[in-house]
Amino acid sequence: MCGIAGLFLKNPALEPELGRLTAGMLSVLTDRGPDSAGFAIYGAGAPGHLKFTLRATGGFDFLALPAKFDLSCTEHDDHAVISFPAEREAEIRAVLARHPEISIVSVGERMELFKGVGLPDEVSNRFGLPKMSGSHAIGHTRMATESAVTTQGAHPFTTGTDQCLVHNGSLSNHNDVRRVLMREGIKFETQNDTEVAAGFVAYQLREGKKLDEALHAALKSLDGFYTFVVGTESGFGVLRDPVACKPAVMAETDDYVAFGSEYRALADLPGIERAHIFEPEPAKVYFWERAA
Amino acid sequence: MSAAQKTLENSAVFDLSSSSLRDLNSALQTLGAANNHSAWTVLNPRGGHAIAVGITAPVSVTIDGHAGYYCAGMNDGATVVVNGSVGTGVAENMMSGLVHVKGDASQSAGATAHGGLLIIDGNASARCGISMKGVDIVVKGNVGHMSAFMAQSGNLVICGDAGEALGDSLYEARLFVKGTVASMGADCEVKEMSEEDKTILAGLLANAGVDAKPEEFTRYGSARKLYNFHVDNAGAY
Repeated sequence: MCGIAGLFLKNPALEPELGRLTAGMLSVLTDRGPDSAGFAIYGAGAPGHLKFTLRATGGFDFLALPAKFDLSCTEHDDHAVISFPAEREAEIRAVLARHPEISIVSVGERMELFKGVGLPDEVSNRFGLPKMSGSHAIGHTRMATESAVTTQGAHPFTTGTDQCLVHNGSLSNHNDVRRVLMREGIKFETQNDTEVAAGFVAYQLREGKKLDEALHAALKSLDGFYTFVVGTESGFGVLRDPVACKPAVMAETDDYVAFGSEYRALADLPGIERAHIFEPEPAKVYFWERAA
Repeated sequence: MSAAQKTLENSAVFDLSSSSLRDLNSALQTLGAANNHSAWTVLNPRGGHAIAVGITAPVSVTIDGHAGYYCAGMNDGATVVVNGSVGTGVAENMMSGLVHVKGDASQSAGATAHGGLLIIDGNASARCGISMKGVDIVVKGNVGHMSAFMAQSGNLVICGDAGEALGDSLYEARLFVKGTVASMGADCEVKEMSEEDKTILAGLLANAGVDAKPEEFTRYGSARKLYNFHVDNAGAY
């Protein structure tokens, strides 16, 4: 199973509502994925600044970090977001590397990424999703099939700066692909199949491919069932495998483009009764992006 | 609910925002043939699953909005109209009656259905009519890939285009396509349209309210090479 929710706002007036609407969609998808949940949200970014979303174990005091770095830090339960001038990235990475209890979950100018074990409502509330704002968000509710129920195994997985991927389905050749990618220097934390898909996309991007080219390459190299939704700084993309067993419903209005594993997840969105509702076609790469 | 329905003496309105799906289905499933509630309207379906399933009385149910999976599944004699789109498996295993979707249908529409008529005004996605066993399906738009996969009997009318692998591993169902076919599946072939085919197709087009002539359609059916294994046909698998 697993559930995916994505919401991309065309109308900036809705931006303060993004977190609340996304949390509502994830809540409906609880019965597709009750064991863990996560989301990536694209909020405000400062010019020339980068954000790290960090996750720590063992009651780490994130608020001690700004004293060390003189940078802004916002705590969200066991995650925290730090923001700093981009030129200090190497210095900050070096300091964080001395704290094995901290993982860098995501890097971006705008993207923040949170995930954890528990019911989607619990996860949303733990990180304060309903009060977050932004231009677009991607969320996932997980029913684990391929690997353990852990925070690391929850989605989304990051594929690069301001990029993430969520997945409904299961890959059958992920062990082979993981071995190939590891030889190319891509690092993996889990035995999870989706982490391999994220690593595959990250590798393609590292080799100079564009994101749509990376997704087309995934059609050739990844075997199994999948509906992927990928988030980028400017929008999001959707790809379903050629057999298209895993569900996907889209809704588009003048105000937003929304993705749901089932229509039920979209039923509370404003103006849904007038939305254009459709299923993305198999083996076709879709993108919705903000005007630059 | 329209004014016309309000005037019906034997009508009932069921609002799924205030009543449970289980209550709706158990009310519909316990109706006898001689019930006095012949017209039902279901409000606020909100994409819920298994709405109006397993009805065995000849009642009329109008679902006012989008429905989720298995809508009107196992229908036996009722008329179910959906003023919206439906999820996976609409009218799956229908035995008799009429299911009319005014919007689009997701995958596996009419799966394994034995009888009755399923009309989809919009498009149906993958596997429409998979393993159909006697149902008539009329899709006014397009169908997705692997439609009529292992279809055994009945008629599938596609007024638009068909996706990849139409009629793969087909048995004796008749397929009629007005538009293009992306590809035929294993053991599916173009057949000549017989007079009997034309009569069946004309009747279905009339029943579904489609303004088209049988001559505009191409008839597909089974090449019957996969019924029993023969080494000469190994390439067809």
